[in-house]
Amino acid sequence: MSASSAFNEEKMGSSSVGEAEYAYDPVSGKIFSSDYNRHDDLKEMLDSNKDSLKLEAMKRIVAMIARGKNASDLFPAVVKNVACKNIEVKKLVYVYLVRYAEEQQDLALLSISTFQRGLKDPNQLIRASALRVLSSIRVTIIVPIMMLAIKEAASDMSPYVRKTAAHAIPKLYSLDPEQKDQLIEVIEKLLADKTTLVAGSVVMAFEEVCPERIDLIHKNYRKLCNLLIDVEEWGQVVIINMLTRYARTQFLNPNLNESLLEDGGSGDKTFYGSDEDEDDDEKENKEKAEAAALAKRKPYVMDPDHRLLLRNTKPLLQSRNAAVVMAVAQLYFHLAPKAEVGVIAKALVRLLRSHSEVQFVVLQNVATMTIRRRGMFEPYLKSFYIRSTDPTLIKILKLEVLTNLANETNISTILREFQTYIKSMDKDFVAATIQAIGRCATNIGEVRDTCLNGLVQLLSNRDELVVAESVVVIKKLLQMQPEKHSDIIKHMAKLTDNIQVPMARASILWLIGEYCEHVPKIAPDVLRKMAKSFTYEEDIVKLQILNLAAKLYLTNSKQTKLLTQYVLNLAKYDQNYDIRDRARFIRQLIVPTEKSGALSKYAKKLFLALKPAPVLESPFKDRDHFQLGSLSHLLNAKAGGYQELPDWPEAAPDPSVRNVEVPEWTKCSSREKRKEKKVEKPFYSDSEGESGPTESADSETNSASASDSASDSEQSRSSSESEESDEGSESEEEKENKNKKKVVKKAVKESESEQSSEEENRKLEKKIKQQEKDSETVSDDEESDSESSQSTSEDSESEAEVKKKAPVSRTPPKPVKKEKKEMSLLDLDDFEPATSPQVTPISTLLSNSLVTDLEGLSLSDSVLAPSTITPSGTLKSYELLHRITGEGLSVEYCFGRQPFSPDANMVAVQLQFTNNSTSETKNLHMKDVKLQSGMRVKEFPEIELLPAGDTASAVMGIDFCDSTQAANLQLCTSTRKFFVSIQPPVGELMRPVFLTENEFKREQGQLMGMNELTEKLILDAKYRNEHAIVQRVTTAAHLSRVPCGSDNECRFAGRTVTSGSLVLVTVATGEEGVAQLTVNCEKMVIGTMLVKDILLALTQ
Amino acid sequence: MIHSLFLINHTGDIFLEKHWKSVISRSVCDYFFEAKEKAEDPENVPPVLYTPHHYLVSIYRGKLFFLSVIQTEVSPLFVIEFLHRVADIFQDYFGECSEAVIKDNVVIVYALLEEMLDNGFPLATESNVLKEMIRPPTILRSVVNTLTGGSNVGDTLPAGQLSNIPWRRAGVKYTNNEAYFDVIEEIDAIVDKSGTTVFAEIQGVIEACVRLTGMPDLTLSFMNPRLLDDVSFHPCVRFKRWESERVLSFIPPDGNFRLMSYHVSSQNLVAIPVYVKQNISFLETGACGRLDITIGPKQTMGKMVEGLKVTIHMPKMVLSVNLTATQGTHTYDLTAKVLVWDVGKLNPQKLPNLRGSLSMQSGAPKPEDNPSINMDLKIQQLAISGLKVSRLDMHGEKYKPFKGVKYLTKAGKFQVRT
Repeated sequence: MSASSAFNEEKMGSSSVGEAEYAYDPVSGKIFSSDYNRHDDLKEMLDSNKDSLKLEAMKRIVAMIARGKNASDLFPAVVKNVACKNIEVKKLVYVYLVRYAEEQQDLALLSISTFQRGLKDPNQLIRASALRVLSSIRVTIIVPIMMLAIKEAASDMSPYVRKTAAHAIPKLYSLDPEQKDQLIEVIEKLLADKTTLVAGSVVMAFEEVCPERIDLIHKNYRKLCNLLIDVEEWGQVVIINMLTRYARTQFLNPNLNESLLEDGGSGDKTFYGSDEDEDDDEKENKEKAEAAALAKRKPYVMDPDHRLLLRNTKPLLQSRNAAVVMAVAQLYFHLAPKAEVGVIAKALVRLLRSHSEVQFVVLQNVATMTIRRRGMFEPYLKSFYIRSTDPTLIKILKLEVLTNLANETNISTILREFQTYIKSMDKDFVAATIQAIGRCATNIGEVRDTCLNGLVQLLSNRDELVVAESVVVIKKLLQMQPEKHSDIIKHMAKLTDNIQVPMARASILWLIGEYCEHVPKIAPDVLRKMAKSFTYEEDIVKLQILNLAAKLYLTNSKQTKLLTQYVLNLAKYDQNYDIRDRARFIRQLIVPTEKSGALSKYAKKLFLALKPAPVLESPFKDRDHFQLGSLSHLLNAKAGGYQELPDWPEAAPDPSVRNVEVPEWTKCSSREKRKEKKVEKPFYSDSEGESGPTESADSETNSASASDSASDSEQSRSSSESEESDEGSESEEEKENKNKKKVVKKAVKESESEQSSEEENRKLEKKIKQQEKDSETVSDDEESDSESSQSTSEDSESEAEVKKKAPVSRTPPKPVKKEKKEMSLLDLDDFEPATSPQVTPISTLLSNSLVTDLEGLSLSDSVLAPSTITPSGTLKSYELLHRITGEGLSVEYCFGRQPFSPDANMVAVQLQFTNNSTSETKNLHMKDVKLQSGMRVKEFPEIELLPAGDTASAVMGIDFCDSTQAANLQLCTSTRKFFVSIQPPVGELMRPVFLTENEFKREQGQLMGMNELTEKLILDAKYRNEHAIVQRVTTAAHLSRVPCGSDNECRFAGRTVTSGSLVLVTVATGEEGVAQLTVNCEKMVIGTMLVKDILLALTQ
Repeated sequence: MIHSLFLINHTGDIFLEKHWKSVISRSVCDYFFEAKEKAEDPENVPPVLYTPHHYLVSIYRGKLFFLSVIQTEVSPLFVIEFLHRVADIFQDYFGECSEAVIKDNVVIVYALLEEMLDNGFPLATESNVLKEMIRPPTILRSVVNTLTGGSNVGDTLPAGQLSNIPWRRAGVKYTNNEAYFDVIEEIDAIVDKSGTTVFAEIQGVIEACVRLTGMPDLTLSFMNPRLLDDVSFHPCVRFKRWESERVLSFIPPDGNFRLMSYHVSSQNLVAIPVYVKQNISFLETGACGRLDITIGPKQTMGKMVEGLKVTIHMPKMVLSVNLTATQGTHTYDLTAKVLVWDVGKLNPQKLPNLRGSLSMQSGAPKPEDNPSINMDLKIQQLAISGLKVSRLDMHGEKYKPFKGVKYLTKAGKFQVRT
């Protein structure tokens, strides 16, 4: 027994498994005598005629293989059975053969003929399985046979056999890389295969054999994109990863323009703070330069093939397979325009529900993504909250994500969450949390003091690890502004008596040494204590003691001279050579002797140089140069066989390489053909500079996206002329369509012989004429007017001012609108930067608000004049801060009713600050506290200085989530904080939409029952006319008039700002001032409140 | 792709190995054992490890490690997802995924692994296809096999792999045609000390058990599909129909499968079915603490809350507990420091309460923080989000199937911070 088990151990390593095997083996009794004959019984069984005996023997052999035991000496006996008729035996023989063929090459050759026969079998499954086993036998001699078999199988009738051939390619390649050229031919052939079964396997073969031959993909690109959804999940992963790389080489960077602008354009920031008049010239220059740059750059138009890929992969985000979801996510991250990347967030957050291993990988990738695209995951902040049951690995990754997501608006919630984490029992996690707090504090200036205070409190924590970690983090924070915090340094000096963790002690000593001027009394005392305990300290602490001594000697040599000498002497005889060296070095530098070199003069400069504060960075920074989701990304090191993600090309390679010629004779179905053509069409028109359907859709999304972040005004401005011209042409078309509609309507209305509509039509006709006119015919007057508005229309703030100015200068609102329209026409008709240099920069600026302006335009066509723009005089302003409570500062707010450009879901609130006090107010800014769940605030830019008696205005955006609950905010000046709240009237929670009468009726029909509220009222005699009703309703709620056939009804429509639910209002007047008010709204609460408000407005 | 697979039990024995390319010595696992030693808790072993020549990707399922060896760049999720699929298949075949069961069925396991991967690339991972090639063991079959010496390797060829619907085996026949759907929703929540909900969401799955003859084409529609915010589907579901009509149209696999999983849109408020009144305190002086927990119904939609269970991971210094429960039983695992209170049904008239003292190691400092409470509960016949299946239609076959839908709400990761 012992002998054989020893043998076993030698071969297999694990003895316990070996023993189990003996106990299991009923025939083991026979074989103790000799090691070499121990499988005799199995051989006998294999040689027998009975299938059942053979099967039994094979089962035992396979069990041995599974346990990792050596069964190679049975090879001859097993191989004989390769031709066995019994399919069960055969399968097990295959298993054995594949496992041991490499070791017994000569004998393995005996089996080859069987497989060759199998390759000719009429049954496709047998052909496939023969090829599979044949290619799995790693014997170099049969390479030619394999090659032949693969080639034959690649043109087999059955897709399943072709799939097996694709699988065999990498096997052969690993066996003999010299076959590469021939194999590439086979791959090329199989890539052209049209079945989903083959696609995944052949792309996998492509990736293993010739990933650099990107040219093979061209012709198959569109087919692969279209087949993708039906390929099995594992194939999808491989194909998506490959197509990501492919797209990077073939298409242009959709975010190119943004990234360029990000570098140069910081105009926004300076603009907010600066006085307009001062740097008008400067700005103009800048604009010109920018315009020139834009003109030089080619307009970005997304290749329709690029779009095809994005469109066809998107549904796969819904896959149950985490690997597929991740593959699509990385594809979007690397290829999609910024505005579209957001869709992957939801899917990735879903994966966090999966197994912890999946979570681990996904969180790593999310951490990398959050550094680049923070906004994407912000709505899912809470999904990253940590549970005490999460494994530590996951906890730390979630913490990383939370830290990356922290910004001014959510930092308070995150810090509150961190507070609970600090109390966790998992000390590694607590340490990581403290680090995270440190990072939040460095990144977000507002909370630095809060964080620092919190960390100082932790210094009295009972757990030493926590204290130590806090010390290290505090040290880093203090380095940023040491002057302010000498008391913290003092506090930490006291801690040296208690803290034992070397790193923490070292950090404290370093701090004291560095800022010894701030704690002149304590520092020498600390050194005294340290000198006492010097010999017992850890090495890093000793080094810092030396540093401290040197620095003190330089600043305060009177008190510390002796101490320093003592410490240096101790260090001189230390066991560690580093410390001895350091001591010698310091002594030479700081202690003046006759022969001390020139350096000692500079000792002070050397030791007390200003050190830059450390930057606390995420370990995931810059990881995105690895393809996300890859092993290399996870390890942050290049794994073998990793294919670099190429940089975007400067200019797109010829897209025509992807065109597939569809010869007449091919038997492809007509449907397929149509598909192909469809894809190709936009491509052709592309070269003419005209936009196909895909591109225009794209530019639309691009501009529509201009709502996410603060940087978007920049972004859309930068999105170059092409986009703009696209938009322009679109809008022209739109308008034309509308005009046509109007003409139709005109006919209808004429029959009704209504005066007002006729008027409208006349106006329309005028407009059409104007459209036909050239831009040159625009009167000088208008032009100058427009210029002044353009220069300021860069953001909503200034826009608001323009609108305010409008009534003052007695210009009716209409012309402003009209002239804007002219602007858009201008760009269209002669868009030539060279000929009209004045116009171009202006138009680029305008592009941002063009869409919204156009919306307004369509309104102005249909809505009666008084309701187009509510003059600011009628805007009701509310008090935010009374001047008594505000100590001289008073703040009023009103709802400006213009779209809030940084975020379409926010309501713009105009704030008017008046400084009634005698001293100036500094640093007016806002902090949000206690927001209702879901509410979001976009603060106004800080007002740095408000001189006494002056006023200033600013615009902020609030997302009220369609509720009239107040947003509680904190208004801060440099000295005071005020708690204020802004409560919106329900009428301000909506924005007007344009509906036709029919649309209105249809929508109203859908919002019946509970969603309809009706109220009867009696109108005052003075206010029975239509004009008064319209005025009053539009004042009460931000709605637009809907054209209406009957003259005793007024209709209004709008959408709520956040959810976009329709709000429809009808006022029907009857005899004697009796009227009926009907409100249809999906949101019943809004509806009820709106009824109340409008009722009040109408009956007042 | 995947080079080799090792199955390792929790004590560190390699009890099965399978190589899809040339053989890799099992000594490669030493790196893994090292990491395992360092991590202490098996859950904390990093799923991806780096060794000089190989990369090790592992998962931990059912007290077993599935350790795969890879040599070149591959998406780690690809491997992890595949390993989980292997474990799922074992579960499906043998009812559980444990060392004993795998050892007992080593030949079947080996045959399965052989079919699932070819040269390290997944070949057949659909349970329906695999079952056609390798029959799962049943008691009857194993008796027959021992008598006749047969095996579980199917003698038919896997035709399923050839069809357009690889998840369904061909020629299915049943005398009783039935289709059952379980709508199971889990509430994930974090409730803070004061009882306010920090975070709550509902995750749901629809588990199906379909035993229908032939090739049925099913359509499942909901009363309120708008509730579903984020969904993921079994590959059989036609995504286009869902996009356009919000119905699930599919040809089902045979047997048990997960049809879809979904997330209920976060705008909807999540009803928290129970509240927990707790008071856990550790006294500054003297080595003891007090614990008092009461559970009451909150928003149960008029249904009975069952299977109530409370798990608390105590701080290390808690040596033993001396508690009395008004209902159910409680146990304290001395080594793992886990207190489990199995309450059972929640009676609204007489709220269950657990109180008593905790005795702690003397001399040890008072723990920083109170342990958080993990809740487990079940509510039958209720989907807490309000999701309702409106109808199930079948096309393509003539017979009338028996249909059924069951709803169940469970607590997922439901944690009460104290």
